[in-house]
Amino acid sequence: MAIYRFTVNESPIVVDLPGMRRLLDVLREDLALTGTKEGCGEGECGACTVLLDGTPVDACLVPICQVEGCIVETVEGLASTEPGSDLPPTLDRLQAAFLKTGGAQCGICTPGMLMAGRAYIDAGGGPDDDAIREAIAGNLCRCTGYTKIIEAIALASGQDPAA
Amino acid sequence: MGIEPSVTSPRLLHDAYAILAERPVRPIAGGTDLMVALTAELGEPPDQIVDLWGLDELRGITVDSGALSLGALTTYTEIRRSAVCREHLPVLVEAAATIGAAQIQNRGTLGGNVANASPAGDTLPVLLAADATFVLGSIRGERTVASSEFWPAYRRTALAPDELLLRIRIPLLAGREMRFRKVGTRRAQSISKVVMALGWRDGEPAEPRSVAAPWTEVRLALGSVAATPIRARATEAALEGRPPTPETADQAAEALAAELHPIDDVRSTAEYRRIVAARVLHRLIREAGGW
Repeated sequence: MAIYRFTVNESPIVVDLPGMRRLLDVLREDLALTGTKEGCGEGECGACTVLLDGTPVDACLVPICQVEGCIVETVEGLASTEPGSDLPPTLDRLQAAFLKTGGAQCGICTPGMLMAGRAYIDAGGGPDDDAIREAIAGNLCRCTGYTKIIEAIALASGQDPAA
Repeated sequence: MGIEPSVTSPRLLHDAYAILAERPVRPIAGGTDLMVALTAELGEPPDQIVDLWGLDELRGITVDSGALSLGALTTYTEIRRSAVCREHLPVLVEAAATIGAAQIQNRGTLGGNVANASPAGDTLPVLLAADATFVLGSIRGERTVASSEFWPAYRRTALAPDELLLRIRIPLLAGREMRFRKVGTRRAQSISKVVMALGWRDGEPAEPRSVAAPWTEVRLALGSVAATPIRARATEAALEGRPPTPETADQAAEALAAELHPIDDVRSTAEYRRIVAARVLHRLIREAGGW
């Protein structure tokens, strides 16, 4: 056990945990942030994609000892809530685009797709079909709904590629 | 994950050496292999792990003493973004881009690919064909091992239990041409069925008006076709001193099919691997020959 400090969705976190515990388990079990999903547990499916210092990683492959001092962003951090407000959270542009295009079916891949898409847009990616496909190449959608997901990322990244 | 071995995260190489000198400890770099093995409970789990991720001494891409030097912790993403790599060894950039997808490329390291010693490691044929050397270090000092000597048997390396891989060094050769090809089930996230790297330098044409220069210093290396990444030395010999003509390509492809002895496994069959390897080589020679 050791003390690890990092931030999750801008909140400072201090945990006392075995250093080899997966970031995925720390998020879901220790911090009760169950938006991040476990699919394969071996880095193939991308369901557990989160941003670590701004870059997409599979949370199932990162031991918490390697998160010390890092900035973690999960799907829970995308929508924003006004402090003290009773209103529902405001979806971010990418989440709204997923709703608009129908980019979610069963939903298991969605948190990972959102975070991979977020990283793509944050890095300056535009509505380029090939580039978006590469950006989500590490994320599997078992419903095979890729087209709508790609449309959503393209929409949020600026404009619709079909337009 | 059921088993969580204890882990130490040194910040200085010297401290890592001291930990490894005490008793054998399993190193972890980017975790893209080891974390999978721990979660799947593949094999006997290590009881103690040394986390190399904080060792900044093992980062950085430089050119010095006529070689491209990459710290063992260099990630595939860093290789893809490196202007130095793109200038001096674009084939390594190409290979890095075929590994996993963004999530894996952001964590997986070149040193991890080398030390994990998978026969399917995608960068390993590139390193073999480029005559890379590996700088290993321990509390006892540093030594250099040639890539061609580094993988003696399936999943084995030349590393002593107390040693770490520090740097990968690739001599820069004027006029060296290199090609890379990976064959898998899909473009991203797939483990190779056949992976190949070819290197050569153009020699002096026998006659001044010869269209194609003969190849010299030919290197042909493959992964996923043997227990370790290998050099195909008989095929190299068949190519040495020959221009990339249709006749050369036919003979080299035949030599390679005869030289390889792959196995059937879950990812492919021996027959497929042999035929595809020969065809990939034929195509690389054809593309180089421009016919």
